Amino acid sequence: MSTATNLSSTDRWDEFMEGVWRQNPLFVMVLGLCPALAVTVSAVNALSMGLATTFVLTCSCLLVSLLRKMIPKEVRIATYIVIIATFVTVVDYVIQAVSLALYDALGAFIQLIVVNCIILGRAEAHASKNPPLPAMLNALGMSAGFTLGLFALGAVREILGAGTLFGISLFGPHFQPWVVMVLPPGGFFVLGLWLLVFAAIARRKQDKLAEAAGHA
Amino acid sequence: MHESAAQIFINAFLANNFVLAMFLGLCPFIGVSGKLETAAPMGAATTFVMLVASLCAYGLNLLLTSFNLEFLRLIAYIVIIASAVQLVEMVLKKYSPGLFRALGIYLPLITTNCAVLGVALFQTAREYDFVQSVTFAVGAGAGFTLALVLMASVRERLQLSDVPSVAQGTALSLMLAGILSLAFMGFAGLGG
Repeated sequence: MSTATNLSSTDRWDEFMEGVWRQNPLFVMVLGLCPALAVTVSAVNALSMGLATTFVLTCSCLLVSLLRKMIPKEVRIATYIVIIATFVTVVDYVIQAVSLALYDALGAFIQLIVVNCIILGRAEAHASKNPPLPAMLNALGMSAGFTLGLFALGAVREILGAGTLFGISLFGPHFQPWVVMVLPPGGFFVLGLWLLVFAAIARRKQDKLAEAAGHA
Repeated sequence: MHESAAQIFINAFLANNFVLAMFLGLCPFIGVSGKLETAAPMGAATTFVMLVASLCAYGLNLLLTSFNLEFLRLIAYIVIIASAVQLVEMVLKKYSPGLFRALGIYLPLITTNCAVLGVALFQTAREYDFVQSVTFAVGAGAGFTLALVLMASVRERLQLSDVPSVAQGTALSLMLAGILSLAFMGFAGLGG
């Protein structure tokens, strides 16, 4: 725990922002695509999926981090998978109990959180090597980044495909919805466009740095 | 509702293609579809794992249901799939070392392919019987292979064309996948 208590608040903020922006799981690392595209037909679905993933990711990373000295190296992946599957089962039953409509909308994709590569990736790359507090901060940041990404996808698809946001009509009754956006192809197109935007931002930053270096 | 085996196959293969209509197995779809040589064996290996996983999941589901242990289903399935992949890996290593080397790192990664777990979960949710489950697994695998091979062919052609540098890589692959997915929407309704 000594390293955890020695962390200054800026370090903690850094640890958190790592996942939200610089290493955004969806737009920078392009992980966890399957749930990202399948459930983001509306902003509400996207946010719920994000929250479910947040719970599973944070809890699994905490547990993995706590048990990191007890888990034998040879069977670590299998252990992580069982830990993750346990929390996913919990989320699955909770969502079923709280809102059956949401459960039907998300379908099998709640259970498929198990094979979301972000979670296994975080458990293996970060939580298994760090004490509980930084591991949890990192997991929370990653989840926030993932939820943000899902929301960005879901909002665009709902606005274009149904003319609504959170079920509230935005453009009045004469809006002709762009139905393809809520169908499978729309998911690919919108994510592709977001990636283009991020690539363009990164490119511009790079050009500026190169220019500054050229002047110096 | 009783679906015939042919219906289930067409549905999983084309109309509800696992990759292009249901967004399952996208990581290998984007990752391995760069070259045709790796795309086809990857599809075949995934199909085989799907078939094994589907058979095991069918038996396991009967067992769990008879003991009223349905809440263990997800954990049991994922362990079964991991073991199936391990088994395929060992068999391939022993009897076909060439293919084993060709597949390399992609083989163990099939464990975290959501299409495989998807097959097991969907066949349980839809209460398929034994024949239906097997057809479903084969159809889904064939659909996955088809999507992978199509994408790989398109991307090989694309390497020769002039693309804006900002759009290269994943963004372009996703746009292509969108267009392929539009094309596959034409099959909607075929499965009945």
